[in-house]
Amino acid sequence: MAIPRDRQGRPIVVVTGIGVVTSLGAGKDDNWRKLTAGESGIHSITRFPTEGLRTTVAGTVDFVPVEEMSAPRMSERLAEIAAEEAVAQSGIGSRGNFPGPLFLAVAPVEIEWSQRMEVAKAAGANGTITYDDLLRVSAQFPNYHDRFMFGSIADRLAGIFGTQGSPISLSTACASGASAIQLGVEAIRRGETDAALCIGADGSVNAESLIRFSLLSALSTQNDPPQAAAKPFSKNRDGFVMAEGAGALVLESLEAAQARGAKILGVLAGCGEMADSFHRTRSSPDGKPIIGAINNALEDAGLTPDDIGYINPHGTGTPENDKMEALGVMNVFGERAKSIPMSSNKSMIGHTLSAAGAVEAAFTLLTLANGRLPPTINYAVPDPAIPLDVVPNAARDADVKYAISNSFGFGGQNVSLVLAREPA
Amino acid sequence: MTDAARDGLITGIGIVSCLGEGPDAHWQKLMAGETVVDATSFAPYPVHPLTPLDFDKQIPKKGDQRQMEPWQRIGTYAAGLALDSAGIKGNADVLSHTDMIVAAGGGERDLAADSGIMSALPTAANRDALLNEKLMSDLRPTLFLAQLSNLLAGNISIVHNVTGSSRTFMGEESSGIDALRIALARINAGQAEVALAGGSYSAERKDQLMLYAFGDMLLKGEEAPVWARGPKGGLVMGSLGAFLVIESRAHAQARNAKAFAKLSAVMADRSSRQGDPVAPSLRAMWSKIAPGVKAGGAAILSGAAGAEPATSGERAFLNEHPDIPVRATGSYIGHAMEPSFPMNVALAALALNHGKLFPPRDTTGFEKPMAGSLTQVAVTGVGYWRGEGLALLETA
Repeated sequence: MAIPRDRQGRPIVVVTGIGVVTSLGAGKDDNWRKLTAGESGIHSITRFPTEGLRTTVAGTVDFVPVEEMSAPRMSERLAEIAAEEAVAQSGIGSRGNFPGPLFLAVAPVEIEWSQRMEVAKAAGANGTITYDDLLRVSAQFPNYHDRFMFGSIADRLAGIFGTQGSPISLSTACASGASAIQLGVEAIRRGETDAALCIGADGSVNAESLIRFSLLSALSTQNDPPQAAAKPFSKNRDGFVMAEGAGALVLESLEAAQARGAKILGVLAGCGEMADSFHRTRSSPDGKPIIGAINNALEDAGLTPDDIGYINPHGTGTPENDKMEALGVMNVFGERAKSIPMSSNKSMIGHTLSAAGAVEAAFTLLTLANGRLPPTINYAVPDPAIPLDVVPNAARDADVKYAISNSFGFGGQNVSLVLAREPA
Repeated sequence: MTDAARDGLITGIGIVSCLGEGPDAHWQKLMAGETVVDATSFAPYPVHPLTPLDFDKQIPKKGDQRQMEPWQRIGTYAAGLALDSAGIKGNADVLSHTDMIVAAGGGERDLAADSGIMSALPTAANRDALLNEKLMSDLRPTLFLAQLSNLLAGNISIVHNVTGSSRTFMGEESSGIDALRIALARINAGQAEVALAGGSYSAERKDQLMLYAFGDMLLKGEEAPVWARGPKGGLVMGSLGAFLVIESRAHAQARNAKAFAKLSAVMADRSSRQGDPVAPSLRAMWSKIAPGVKAGGAAILSGAAGAEPATSGERAFLNEHPDIPVRATGSYIGHAMEPSFPMNVALAALALNHGKLFPPRDTTGFEKPMAGSLTQVAVTGVGYWRGEGLALLETA
């Protein structure tokens, strides 16, 4: 049998395992059922007091208990849940021995106020407490060292799943999950490995992280009811809703997957990226980097805009993102843009930040496989500047072969993935 | 194997550290066996301070500088030096397809704001409410962007217009090793033509030192060369920035670029760090380049951090190669986590470009002089806590 290659002569990269956890639940079945029913996972925050905050809602994952709560601890646990599901479904390797590298998209790690105050308390200073006081007693907290190294989450996951080589932790801000998948695709195409475990995870909703986004005016402040806060592409959209979750994909070369008789769940047909040099948080007004990322992904997949039947947008619900994304899509797809369904998962699960690219790639694969488009909920006031089919408020069936998943982030990050239902 | 056109050449070096700015300043200080130590500002921890820089030279807009914390300014500055060095600064055509991989930490705090909150909370009636209130009022809105790991890359895009792609790896030393490994692999495989890879670190910060003080990892008292830190060892952190322009031989030749050295191999691994893992990990990587290494013209630049047991583990490996002279760069510039490996690869390229090795800065006699001409340099990167890496550079 001929070795399966894509049009550029590279190994075809397929998906043989999918795992996902969001505020809607753990596991792709539960998530898919709620997503296509138009359910929201956004709720009032109970993890920490929200007194004095402009935004009091989020898509936190409250049903996963963790000890010694911190963002890295929560992110690690969410990553583990998603990866367990994906690896089990793929049936690849053996327990604790995954035959490929780990690419982990994760929020930057930092110590938080609960730990900082613990150290401050141990310092026993009266009145003004400074970092000199903290440094004096830091050595009493060896566990904080192991927990708050940037590489600690990937290190632990590499140990649990037995991935090969050096695990890569990466951040391209809110495009991180897509970048993790892109790194896996590239490694398989280079022939370095037959498989890769790509995870995006984010469990970083705490007071300071929420306040940071709030101070940048990025968050919705329409707290009541919480389920209606995320309103992508609506005229009255007023920001994104922070959320937690994880998505994991087992990627394999088609050849390796076929050789072991694995079920093919979908294809990673193309990846495209382009950096934006315009501004730290805003897109270039001409949309060039967004357009470039989508076109690069199409070119990488050997496809044209006419091949695409569905778009899973970044669709955060901020005035800026949705306007610029729509501009980019209308530029790439021209008149056809109006008839390509484009629905935002974030209307229901919120913005899972570092995980979003991976979570939404997983949902896009489910969309292709099930032939059903999840809706954009909370779509009550159309924005005339965005004359697109956002699959308003109710799921519907559609026979789609190729889809695009967009992810954009602060710092000029733009990544687009092209996903296919089955190998060409 | 890759054909010669897909070789990865180092055509640009941008480095700043306690030794100075740029390749020449570094070479002079290395040849003089000098270092710079600040023993008092962060006592009991000595650090290697960044040489004074005129940031305007690489970051012309004050507004841009204000949007960055020190590590981002250092990195954006070093990236600019690398682009200058490669002759592609301002070359919109090349920069639009330059793929960037940045190794970054981040999380630099507003120390005064933190101190105010820490001081106020213990006596507050409602600590949670006060924390929210203080964070809402005391955090500078743009501070978040100066803390985010991927915003070093973001700032490089904005200031230097590098727009091919932008990826940020995190995770201490391994992030720097993997940044170069992935950049080279993509070039070798034809997935990229030209890459800007590196990172930066500001050691002169109490919030950053605290992370390693948690693990009791920092050397206390007087600075000492890496091999002379005794059985407990210890890190001496150094502020530095290091970026490399790596490009395919085909791309470099097409624009008549001069190469400092050829980056022949970059490998990375993660041993469990149970028992005695560092030497076997290095040995396994070494076995892949060993057939091509010729004793006599080869040297090893060690990125040994000085922390134990990692540095003893590396030393066990180095002892197996008594015919190859070793230099621990940490004895000159300190240890800097994410950018350490890119910096050491830059120094290796610099030494190859000069065709000789710089003298030891070692009081133990472990580092031997090298008189002959230098044609190959292996660079080790052993994470003080996790991760191992090895690179091979050769005369271009």
